[in-house]
Amino acid sequence: MGLRTPLFAEHERLNARIVPFGGWDMPLHYGSQLEEHHAVRRRAGIFDVSHMQPVDITGSGAGSFLRRLLANDVVKLKDPGKALYSCMLNDQGGVVDDLICYYRGPERYRLVVNAGTADKDLDWMQAHAAGFDVQIDRRRDLAMIAIQGPQARALAAPLLPADCRDAALAIAPFFAADGARWFVGRTGYTGEDGFEIILPAEDAPGLWQGLIAAGIQPCGLGARDTLRLEAGMNLYGQDMDETVGPLESGLGWTIAWEPLERQFIGREALVALRDNPARRDFVGLLLTGRGVLRGHQQVLSEGRVVGEITSGGFAPTLERSIALARVAPGLGATCAVDIRGKAVPALVVKTTFVRHGKPAQAF
Amino acid sequence: MSVVHADLHYTKTHEWVKVHGDGTATVGITDHAQEALGDIVFVETPDVGRQVEAGDGCAVVESVKAASDIYAPLAGEVVEVNTALADTPELINESAYGDGWIFTLRIADAGAVDGLLDAAGYQAALDAEA
Repeated sequence: MGLRTPLFAEHERLNARIVPFGGWDMPLHYGSQLEEHHAVRRRAGIFDVSHMQPVDITGSGAGSFLRRLLANDVVKLKDPGKALYSCMLNDQGGVVDDLICYYRGPERYRLVVNAGTADKDLDWMQAHAAGFDVQIDRRRDLAMIAIQGPQARALAAPLLPADCRDAALAIAPFFAADGARWFVGRTGYTGEDGFEIILPAEDAPGLWQGLIAAGIQPCGLGARDTLRLEAGMNLYGQDMDETVGPLESGLGWTIAWEPLERQFIGREALVALRDNPARRDFVGLLLTGRGVLRGHQQVLSEGRVVGEITSGGFAPTLERSIALARVAPGLGATCAVDIRGKAVPALVVKTTFVRHGKPAQAF
Repeated sequence: MSVVHADLHYTKTHEWVKVHGDGTATVGITDHAQEALGDIVFVETPDVGRQVEAGDGCAVVESVKAASDIYAPLAGEVVEVNTALADTPELINESAYGDGWIFTLRIADAGAVDGLLDAAGYQAALDAEA
């Protein structure tokens, strides 16, 4: 048996199919993954993401610690509530984890890291905290609920506490409203508008029940995966890991190269790879032949293996199969994918397939 | 609780077999199998005319989760496939024992049917898995 979130009893009551994920017992779906996916694209859905781990970083050295720890630069975070997506790299430029960093005020930050990597992440942070005046506080007392979809914010607003409701409705995307008990980020992992609410574990069942009573569709990890794949968002451990860094996984935009004197962990390795002509590309694939793209299938060009799918599946919004793939540089506009021994044709496209309910590119 | 039909034969790998009086048998996947797979989005059916041995992988059912091989329950020749699955693979979720059938075989050896599970045997196998 795995760990259980404060919402486990709610999932059982809703007859969720429970599966192990990152050490936790989590809902895969509540009946139909496709219906859950469409609910988020068309209206709203809620996800228990309490397996993810908030980590509060405080102390007079918090900012300088994070400028060493993260490949993106927290110096960009000037307004309270502003969020930043970043990789946390090892010395070889591989990814220890990807995370969101919220700026809460001078020398006060909140990170949210992945479930399966949380123990490793905390060890990594502690190991690199020497010399910084910093407190690293793993918040096991908090739960997290994501509400995503075009109507998500409007449907969730009546359930927010008075001290952050107006602020939550006023903030721009990628900001958070910081209440006394609840922390409401306008962030997500679906390509839709919405909130990710971090709140005390004891408050979580009440919010969940209120959202269900408001008619919002509960969604499991299955829909979470197809939604993030359509949105072209990476999944740690699949699209990148400790051996493959941001430059080869479509995350070059998250590296803050300047100022040049900022010596973040992994910088030297990234600089060497940046100028290497053999550096692999990270692309989107749209299957034009029949079948379903899956992780680890080989990408072919002119009969030769030129790369591998890192994440693939059926895209319910497009009713086509799509994938993210790491390939040798110079791949043209078309390729093929080896599906059970057959070379099935595919188009090479941008990695963002769907945004705000609609195709993000002309296919 | 998944549905098991009394008039069908079954395999441990969750195929059902409906034996017809003319020496052919229709094959699909059980209600238990479709439920475990989740929403089905693609089905690769075998070519008509293909000779299969019992246990050969001869179709693939892909759900939102994963791809699953479907095995020939009996040796024989594929004489018909369900072409409706190309555009409406969800028929397997909606009607696993009916419109969601996958292929029909001309059975090589009628006696081999006795080697399949009956409904009680399949139910017992499901109970043992649970």
